[in-house]
Amino acid sequence: MLTFLALASVVLLGIVPEQSQAIVIYTGWERHALLGSDIRLSCSFFSWRWTSEDVTFSWTYRPDGSRDSISIFHYTGGVAYVDNKGPFRDRLEFVGNPGRRDGSILLKNLEFTDNGTFTCDAKNPPDIVGRPSSVRLLVFEKVPIQAGVITGAIIGVVLGLLVLIVVIYYLMRFLVARRVFSLSVSKHGKKKKEGSQQRQLWTPPPLTCYPLP
Amino acid sequence: MLLLLLGIILLHLAALVLLFVSTIISVWSTSETGTSDLWTNCSIVNGGYHCNPASTGEWIQAVQALMILSIIFSCLSLFLFFCQLFTLQKGGRFFLTGTFQILASLFVMSGAIIYTVTSQYWVLETYTFGYSYILAWVAFPLALISGLIYVILRKRE
Repeated sequence: MLTFLALASVVLLGIVPEQSQAIVIYTGWERHALLGSDIRLSCSFFSWRWTSEDVTFSWTYRPDGSRDSISIFHYTGGVAYVDNKGPFRDRLEFVGNPGRRDGSILLKNLEFTDNGTFTCDAKNPPDIVGRPSSVRLLVFEKVPIQAGVITGAIIGVVLGLLVLIVVIYYLMRFLVARRVFSLSVSKHGKKKKEGSQQRQLWTPPPLTCYPLP
Repeated sequence: MLLLLLGIILLHLAALVLLFVSTIISVWSTSETGTSDLWTNCSIVNGGYHCNPASTGEWIQAVQALMILSIIFSCLSLFLFFCQLFTLQKGGRFFLTGTFQILASLFVMSGAIIYTVTSQYWVLETYTFGYSYILAWVAFPLALISGLIYVILRKRE
């Protein structure tokens, strides 16, 4: 049985076509950040091969509205090369772990001119065929409130209060009616004690639209 | 008696319809080239009519919430009126109906006041108040009068 499974897995892995052995790169889709804060742009990849020693990561940046990209980071041969001439000089730091397939970078002290698209490209020789993945960075002065959050909150609170008031009103009526009933029963007969028999006799008060006193 | 009932219901429905129109149609501010608030900003760019979602500030969301609440309370008040019409004792007053309708009018009033005071922060100088805004202000006294009539009214057979 075990030998059969081993043979089958070897055969299947051999049959796996060349295209599916492409490297798959993951970054976020969009990142929001406040002016002046730091942000970590993550990049990782999936590859059928073991992580080789020649693994490379490279990040390029394309500002919003521009068609040209500029290379800002490159990791190869175990050494990380950060931008020392371009828009991110002294603001870029490598915080990834190539051994664990993590090529994340840290951008410090964000400015409005940093709005744009960051593309990560990773290569894991001999697995080099793959599509680079892009993450869009949006820098805000203050984090905007999403449409409808406050609207929903106000409506929810007011309707919740309304439901609460109705529930409390009916609860009060129910408790008062029950107390009145139990008092009248205890007056009439001492044989009838509080028990399941009494619960069967009692019926809930009818719900009608009585005006509030 | 029937005429009185019909008149009251018509007044309530008029206020309700005004509230619906004022909330749904996004013409609280208007100018020659476009309209804005409560839900979308539409403008006539040289290409054609182009609409964007309205700005997501705190105050405009508060106005949206208050208008929606006023519609909800006015509808509830209408439903309660019919409910109380058949279950109230003779000589009883429609307090619950009147309360809800007065609350609805207060919500419209607060929404219109908030919009009046804070719209300057996001609406351009060339814009003036549109007809949805005016309808909201008209709906307020109608709803208030309707609510007061309910509170004063006594049920007769």
